[in-house]
Amino acid sequence: MKNRLLWPLLALAALLLLNLIVTPSFFSLRMQDGALYGGLVDVLKNGAPTLLIALGMTLVIATRGIDLSVGAVAAIAGAVTCVHIGTSGSAGTAIAGMAIALVLCAVLGLWNGFLVAGLGIQPIIATLVLMTAGRGVAMLVTEGQIVTVNNTAYKQVGAGFLVLPISILISLLVLGLVAFVTRKTALGMLIEAVGVNPEASRLAGVRSRTIIWTVYVFAAVCAGIAGLMISSNVSAADANNAGLWIEMDAILAVVIGGTSLAGGRYSLTGTLLGALIIQTLTTTVYTIGVAPEVTLVFKAVVVIAVCLVQAPKARAALSFRKVAVPS
Amino acid sequence: MTPPLNEPPPPVVEMRGISLAFPGVKALQDVDFRLFPGEVHALMGENGAGKSTLIKTLTGVHRPDGGQVVLGGDEVAFSSPGEAQHAGISTVYQEVNLCANLTVAENILLGREPRRFGGIDFPAMRKRAGEVLARIGVHIDPGSSLGEHPIAVQQLVAIARAIAVDCRVLVLDEPTSSLDAGEVAELFRIMRVLRDEGVAILFVSHFLDQVYEISDRMTVLRNGSLVGEHLTADVDRRTLIAQMIGRDLGALEAIEDAAEKRHPDGPVLLHASELGRRGAIDPFDLEIRAGEVVGLAGLLGSGRTELARLLFGADRADSGRLVVDGKPLRLRGPRSAIAAGIAFSSEDRKGEGLVADLSIRDNLVLAMQAARGWTRPLPRRTKDQLVEKYLKALDIRPANPDALVRTLSGGNQQKVLLARWLVTEPRLLILDEPTRGIDIGAKAQIQQLVTTLAAEGTAVLFISAELEEVVRISDRIVVLRDRRKIAELDGSVTGVDEVVELIAGGAAPEKVVS
Amino acid sequence: MTTLAPRVPSRFLPVLATVALFVLAFGVGSARYDGFASGQVIANLFIDNAFLIVLAAGMTFVILSGGIDLSVGSVVALSTMVTASGLQAGWPVPLVVVAVLLIGSTLGLLMGLVIHKFDIQPFIVTLAGMFLARGLCFVISVESVSIKDRTFRDVATAAIELPGGVTITYNVVIALLVVAAAMYVLHRTRFGRTVYAVGGSESSALLMGLPTTRVKVGVYVISGLCSSLAGLLFSLYMLSGYGLHAVGMELDAIAAVVIGGTLLAGGVGYVLGGLAGVLVLGTIQTLISFQGTLSSWWTKIVIGVLLLVFIAVQRTMVRR
Ligand SMILES: Nc1ncnc2c1ncn2[C@@H]1O[C@H](COP(=O)(O)OP(=O)(O)OP(=O)(O)O)[C@@H](O)[C@H]1O
Ligand SMILES: [Mg+2]
Repeated sequence: MKNRLLWPLLALAALLLLNLIVTPSFFSLRMQDGALYGGLVDVLKNGAPTLLIALGMTLVIATRGIDLSVGAVAAIAGAVTCVHIGTSGSAGTAIAGMAIALVLCAVLGLWNGFLVAGLGIQPIIATLVLMTAGRGVAMLVTEGQIVTVNNTAYKQVGAGFLVLPISILISLLVLGLVAFVTRKTALGMLIEAVGVNPEASRLAGVRSRTIIWTVYVFAAVCAGIAGLMISSNVSAADANNAGLWIEMDAILAVVIGGTSLAGGRYSLTGTLLGALIIQTLTTTVYTIGVAPEVTLVFKAVVVIAVCLVQAPKARAALSFRKVAVPS
Repeated sequence: MTPPLNEPPPPVVEMRGISLAFPGVKALQDVDFRLFPGEVHALMGENGAGKSTLIKTLTGVHRPDGGQVVLGGDEVAFSSPGEAQHAGISTVYQEVNLCANLTVAENILLGREPRRFGGIDFPAMRKRAGEVLARIGVHIDPGSSLGEHPIAVQQLVAIARAIAVDCRVLVLDEPTSSLDAGEVAELFRIMRVLRDEGVAILFVSHFLDQVYEISDRMTVLRNGSLVGEHLTADVDRRTLIAQMIGRDLGALEAIEDAAEKRHPDGPVLLHASELGRRGAIDPFDLEIRAGEVVGLAGLLGSGRTELARLLFGADRADSGRLVVDGKPLRLRGPRSAIAAGIAFSSEDRKGEGLVADLSIRDNLVLAMQAARGWTRPLPRRTKDQLVEKYLKALDIRPANPDALVRTLSGGNQQKVLLARWLVTEPRLLILDEPTRGIDIGAKAQIQQLVTTLAAEGTAVLFISAELEEVVRISDRIVVLRDRRKIAELDGSVTGVDEVVELIAGGAAPEKVVS
Repeated sequence: MTTLAPRVPSRFLPVLATVALFVLAFGVGSARYDGFASGQVIANLFIDNAFLIVLAAGMTFVILSGGIDLSVGSVVALSTMVTASGLQAGWPVPLVVVAVLLIGSTLGLLMGLVIHKFDIQPFIVTLAGMFLARGLCFVISVESVSIKDRTFRDVATAAIELPGGVTITYNVVIALLVVAAAMYVLHRTRFGRTVYAVGGSESSALLMGLPTTRVKVGVYVISGLCSSLAGLLFSLYMLSGYGLHAVGMELDAIAAVVIGGTLLAGGVGYVLGGLAGVLVLGTIQTLISFQGTLSSWWTKIVIGVLLLVFIAVQRTMVRR
């Protein structure tokens, strides 16, 4: 277990080191108006939405599912809140708007859960429905415009600081919460059981459907909060581009963190590391000045490299024994 | 018939000093093994002794850490089972290792399929497959998909695959675990034919009768080490068992005592009337009393498993009523059955039983935890106590609660599944083939356990293809044929013959007791 | 349907359900819109989706084997880019075609080898492949490159007349040939049957002594080859190469295959299902374009809703 996290950790360290070498000031931190600034803080701040979505995705993936709709859900959350706030500057309106948005996201999660657990549709397709239609809904809410708001309370969610960026504090809080709940209750074990062998779990009396339903709702709510961060950070809702392809980054983070897409065992710490790796990678592209044309190539190479160092088989290539076939 | 064993021809397979370690387990330590042409060689040992691992080392699934494998005089190091196959080693692995989504014919012949115009010739393939199946006395449609058939038929298909080609070495790892007596006889007939043709046959089984009937020579393993190699004629059962378990056989004697018949007269626990499901089993009546062991006997596909699944709510009945404790019970799924104190250990432990990628601990407490709901986790301490208790009670090895169930040997996996249900302290325990693939010591333990549970008031519905076992431990036997309940025999039955007659379906009288 | 059902093995049900749905959707369209029920509308379905048909055929191999290939959309884009810039640089058409196909299958081969040799999840490896292929597009050029080559344009615009005055393009012929070839390989060759075996249970297939390595790597080569071929078809269709072509097309391909009844878990499904799936997606588009007055967001919502209707109806038909 510990061993499994060593390699993502090393990959992260290597990436950070690269930054340090190229831009020595990367690690420097400075305090200004009670807020911390610096390269590392940027990584945390920008990585917060991905981390949050990846957390929800981890549990979904552990049940052998996948949720492609998170980007669209994030866009909807931002759109609903911004439209609700409109020109108002009051904190109350902002909070009400966010509450409405998150409740809506929970409903969307219920919907995904219904398609997967209720109708038994394959998750990738079930959530593709909302991925497609969801952006339409977000555009419907904003009537195809980019809605800008000017609300200090709302701005705090994505751009505010409490020494550290508020967004990362929220994400870490959620991480802590999930870790606590899954470990202190039996939820984690039951999620894994459903992911590894749904039929055996059913026969053992596990409420598989309820569990699947729960994880999709959780994923959607996480996506909603992430959507709020994204939109709050720029004080605007862009139905077309907010959270675009973030589902891929989230899935990538989960897998780099050592959770298998085949379901079953998952690692929240792994996901945290995975999300940090993804974000550091994106940041690195800017700090070391990779030409925009080769950004994607660079990303591809790093992703493969990170996966290779983690793959037991790649490392075992040095040792001798073949990996055993499960009997 | 048998070649002169005192002056054997050179061995076709010779394994020398084989060692293999898995993380945390030394599965094989310095094992020597020889296999001669024209002999049936039994590989003996308890669950987890390393039999399957030795076989897999021979066929290129595992690469040994040390030692040599010599085939027909040449040292070999197969890097995949395919290579071993090409070199003339046909293997039936333990558990059915075929593809349920392909047809029976494909499962038998894929890899050496007949061709026409460069493509696979399906008609010819079905015909060939049908012939091979007929050779071992199986008559099913080769074009049907494998998954539609029960485990036993799948096992026969696996055997058909192994004998569909000419081979020098035939390896059979517990091929008989799901078969009934007739099918076993058929298999043995073929094995003798092949042996007389000079094929070397490696055979694994936990049924001592079968081993003594078919084998010429045996090698005994214990805890991954070689104990000895003997001619079958030279060792009696007592010695063999003592060698396998490494001590004398107190446990085994115990079952013989337990065999004495009791007449339980506890209150009626469960009463099914006209319960049935179209296509699975015709409506039947059944009554089970507390403290009673009811055996289910019948051929493959006679509806044994289907009946059990209805009682557990794994499938929904479309007719009839179920009364538990005098109150009607509507089963909406396994959960409602479990809530009513019913437990069901499935025959398909890989697919429907265990959660392979979780630890022994998690598997043990799964049913109990599921019943409590996720918000009320079992306290760590209770969990550890339970796990410790059952690891010891059932002698599960390795006794490491954190070991993944996937890495356990077949017999130990079965024990984990059983323990999962014992943890819930059920009032009715439905055991579908609980002793399949289990070594003789463990089998005695399980039978003993069933008797003890019954004595403590638990009702048990016991399903097994092995009639002796059913007859021995049941207080009452329900006989099924063609998805219909045809008779119910009370405790006065002592021999298997009576049951066999009913099953086989002569014009047996409807002998209904109680 | 009901009269057929008892005689048709249950494994064909999903495909048949999809085909039935397609017919139904087409019926609805014909009833609602004038001119919908013409042979040319059907032909256009094929013309507008030829590349997707090819992609779905390749994707079927991968999904049947239990894998997934996210790189296909990007490989299509890369192929259009190589085609366009190759032709611009004055390469002869055959050379361009060979180069494109070679690039696609090499990429597939590399991904397959990484997946198999190092046991890394296909989703991730092909996601990296997706980044890589798209990145390479921009390395070649960040602008859109139009195709001016005569031969190429001639092939692109050539119309084949079918009886009844319906015309199709060469793209359609190629796509249908690919489908036929894919069916042959999947159903008539050892390789194809092993694809099913590996998807059903990889460890069993290995123990059965089947060539699992060849298959596990091979399906990605096939998918890569199909993607680059689809890229050529797409170049013929768009007559340009661009790094932002075919964004998200991998999801269309996966959706088509899955709607056609193929299980993502592997081992179950048919090429024809993928074809039917593409036609369903195409019909949805056609319905929307016949409606004609939808704003872009309603279009998205309607696509989503129709997708849902199709999947839900297919589920219930299969379950019965
Ligand atoms: N893939 C694996 N990884 C880790 N340990 C394994 C693996 N396969 C087998 N083992 C261990 O090796 C030992 C020998 O197992 P093996 O399956 O050979 O036993 P066996 O003699 O065939 O038993 P059975 O009669 O129950 O089938 C067991 O302790 C088992 O837990
Ligand atoms: Mg074994």
